[in-house]
Amino acid sequence: MSDWTRDEMMTVAAARLLWDGCVCFVGIGLPSAACNLARLTHAPDVVLIYESGTVGTRPDVLPLSIGDGELADTAACVIPLPEVFSYLLQAGRVDVGFLGAAQVDRHGNLNSTVIGPYVAPKTRLPGAGGATEIAAHAGQTFVMLKATPRSLVAKLDFRTSAGFLEGNGARARTTMRGTGPQSVITDYGVLKPHPATDELQLAALFVGTTVDEARTATGWPLKVAATVETIAPPTSVELETLRALHARTREAHSRPVRLPA
Amino acid sequence: MTSKVTTLGEAIAAHVRDGACVALEGFTHLIPFAAGHEIIRQGRRNLHLVRMTPDLVYDQMIGMGCASKLTFSWGGNPGVGSLHRLRDAVEHQWPVPLEIDEHTHAGVAAAYSAGAAGLPFATLRGYLGTDLPSVNPRIRSVDCPFTGERLAAVPALNPDVTILHAQRADRRGNVAMHGIIGAQREAAFAARALIVTVEEIVEELPPAMNGIVLPHWIVSAVAQCPGGAYPSYVHDHYARDNGFYQRWDTIARERESFLGWMDRHVLGSRDHATFLASLREVA
Repeated sequence: MSDWTRDEMMTVAAARLLWDGCVCFVGIGLPSAACNLARLTHAPDVVLIYESGTVGTRPDVLPLSIGDGELADTAACVIPLPEVFSYLLQAGRVDVGFLGAAQVDRHGNLNSTVIGPYVAPKTRLPGAGGATEIAAHAGQTFVMLKATPRSLVAKLDFRTSAGFLEGNGARARTTMRGTGPQSVITDYGVLKPHPATDELQLAALFVGTTVDEARTATGWPLKVAATVETIAPPTSVELETLRALHARTREAHSRPVRLPA
Repeated sequence: MTSKVTTLGEAIAAHVRDGACVALEGFTHLIPFAAGHEIIRQGRRNLHLVRMTPDLVYDQMIGMGCASKLTFSWGGNPGVGSLHRLRDAVEHQWPVPLEIDEHTHAGVAAAYSAGAAGLPFATLRGYLGTDLPSVNPRIRSVDCPFTGERLAAVPALNPDVTILHAQRADRRGNVAMHGIIGAQREAAFAARALIVTVEEIVEELPPAMNGIVLPHWIVSAVAQCPGGAYPSYVHDHYARDNGFYQRWDTIARERESFLGWMDRHVLGSRDHATFLASLREVA
């Protein structure tokens, strides 16, 4: 019995992927927690960019939206949104894009648009937002999602953002600047692309999870890398920092806001 | 010099016609809720709404039947989940069918920039590896005449009316805003008419330096509307009501609860001050 949850392990494992000083484009939700945990532990000089134009932001609590006032108050600078996408992202000035998605396929392509047919969707999802160009142009991307056969799927209902397209080097033949999804962090472990086929395969497991469990939670026949690492459990510093961050966030978000007069 | 200062009701009546292409811009911050509510009260129909991130105010306008088309790049309740009224319109054509013109943030930002610059289209190294061009014929490509690189092309966005909310304006109609400003400057310069609601109107704005100022000759009308961005926020005035965004998920989930809320708080209020007072009553 461990004293940490899978969600916590997932966030910690994702945070460890960021290095100090890297320039990181942050998605909301799970990526936002991981990126700020990295900043509060081993990567104090990470440059976090949210697509609202808040650059080098150091929020004390996690934002609910991509543009909470907290992000602007603690930013090194706030820039217009067209500059975020043209001068920073398209021009290749972002090292890492940290994304979530509703579905990921075996080549790391992402869907955040629809479940079911586009013209008559079963579920209409929010859509691309910044993800398509983040996935194309960030130096590399990390993707976080909880694993189920409905989220890790053999075939996407809609391709919102590119991973490795059809695999076997298809992405490298495009004009995308970035190298694509180098890690997919799930709640059982981490998938990484095969160097030749680009197919995502099991590269690392959390303590207490098994290859069988990973296969059950994946919607395609999951291949296993030659060596599967075991990811070290969260340290006490990582856990305390993450729990304190979530506690501050809960407190801040439950504080009533006074209606403007 | 005639004053640009008017009331919100008069500004909407004068500039927003049925069938118009209207952009109420704002990226989480400075969302013009009061103006959206006034459009609902005045019963506009068949609007082509444009916005990078349609959020609650577009959910309300769509659910009340104001819109027949939506150009957008991300339609959700940020950090919470779905926009249930937008989903109901797309999934079940309720209350009226909604045509969608779907893009990415980079594409809409570029299309506003082209519109602001008076160019017919925008080009970007975008929409790569996505299925969006296969479902949206307005996303095309162009070959660079110098390098031969194939680039994405989208038509310029030139709304009939752009509507913004800002911190302050002066009586001539110069508008100052600061904080997260999204693509508002581009949407303002791209528009044929520009309505701005503000927290306060001052005799003279302080020197702007690098703060965003929209000059009076592109501004059609300014209306003072304190709290006009609530439940979104205005930097240095009031905070985002994240709790309201979370509660909206329940209010908007069913048609009946949505219509009841709109009836009580928006249609039942003659203006934004009354709207805010009606929320205080239930708080």
